[in-house]
Amino acid sequence: MVTTESVARPRPSDPADRRLWDIAATVVDPEVPVLTIEDLGILRSVRTTGAGVVVEITPTYSGCPAVDAIRDDITTALKGSGIENVAVNVVLAPAWTTDWMSQAGRDKLDEYGIAPPAPRRSDGVVGLGLGIRCPHCGSLHTRETSHFGSTSCKALYVCLRCQEPFDYFKGH
Amino acid sequence: MSHSKHVVSTAITAETIAESHLVAPEAVALYALGLGDDALILAQRLGEWIAHAPELEEDVALGNIGLDQLGHARSFLTYAGTAWNKSEDDLAYFRTESEFRNRHIFEQPNGDFAVTIARQFFVSLYFDRLYRALKESTDPTLAAIAAKATKEVDYHLDHSVQWLLRLGLGTTVSHEKMQRAVDAIWPFVGELFSPEAALRDLDDGVGVRPELLRESFEEDARRRILDAGLKVPTAPFARGGGRDGIHTEVFGHLLAEMQVLARAHPGATW
Repeated sequence: MVTTESVARPRPSDPADRRLWDIAATVVDPEVPVLTIEDLGILRSVRTTGAGVVVEITPTYSGCPAVDAIRDDITTALKGSGIENVAVNVVLAPAWTTDWMSQAGRDKLDEYGIAPPAPRRSDGVVGLGLGIRCPHCGSLHTRETSHFGSTSCKALYVCLRCQEPFDYFKGH
Repeated sequence: MSHSKHVVSTAITAETIAESHLVAPEAVALYALGLGDDALILAQRLGEWIAHAPELEEDVALGNIGLDQLGHARSFLTYAGTAWNKSEDDLAYFRTESEFRNRHIFEQPNGDFAVTIARQFFVSLYFDRLYRALKESTDPTLAAIAAKATKEVDYHLDHSVQWLLRLGLGTTVSHEKMQRAVDAIWPFVGELFSPEAALRDLDDGVGVRPELLRESFEEDARRRILDAGLKVPTAPFARGGGRDGIHTEVFGHLLAEMQVLARAHPGATW
């Protein structure tokens, strides 16, 4: 499915909120530190209210333990820019999908040694099951060793050409 | 047709719910409490496998599945707690055995790996049917929790089905153990579809009446058991009573382990 950038990264149009968004957007995922929360598509909104700045994030998976660390990091980043009252809310709807990951994020993941998620299609067209590309040698001759990996969002793969194991950020 | 529930931001943390003054109606809270307890107790059982699974990949897999279940439990319990001014931790750590509402299949001991797979197979198939229906709930919080959970339960079901096939169609020993495991868990399957008392006072469309999931569940369960070369059990179902706070003898031990730290050091964080 082609997801428009405006859904994946709803950056505010108000200039003041936009500046705050850009500060929050620098926070990285503690489990995958090459990705920012903006790259992942888990930063959902930033707005100024009478009581302070309210930031909304969404978890990749329901039990993702990185959420607490990300919440603290956003608060720290905004306080570093002089914002005193920061509330970071976790929202569940709409549910996150790997389709919200930016192209820059996908490229960074690949360089980091994690195979980026394959696009998901919801238009009813069944994609041909091409192999997941090995981030080390580029071979498509790879095999899933476990659907569950070091974090909720990853699966374990092994490359049958270079024999190296690698993580795959699974399409979700 | 309104799409508002798909774009509404639904708060799930205790702090945000308190700030938003979102309060679950009593009957909705009771319903969410039951669903939350099911997920919480399953997560606790799955956590017992950490460092004990037959291979490293399974340690990781069962841990991940348990973590997803814990995520669902936290959402449901936080939402339920708004009705009684209780946090998710109050509900998880400071209720007694008879105050828990989980159905019995979730508290059943892990047994050997085959027993855990049999339990995972039945409950994942049940969750798949339940959450697919619940994501259409007219209650936006329940709908959001279910929509999120549906995507995760897909993996859980796939995991247990692959093992069911592998063990059922594997060696003579694995086949016998898988059959024994399916037979052992089967009596607890019936309770999953007993009526939810909390839904009696609610309009249709808020919760999912489990009776309505039974046919599709049984059809799929039978087909997959037969695909794995196993026999569909014919034993009668056990009595149940989890939603009324009646539990099997194993439950007190589970609770003791789950709650001891929080009760010994109330309010501690780490």
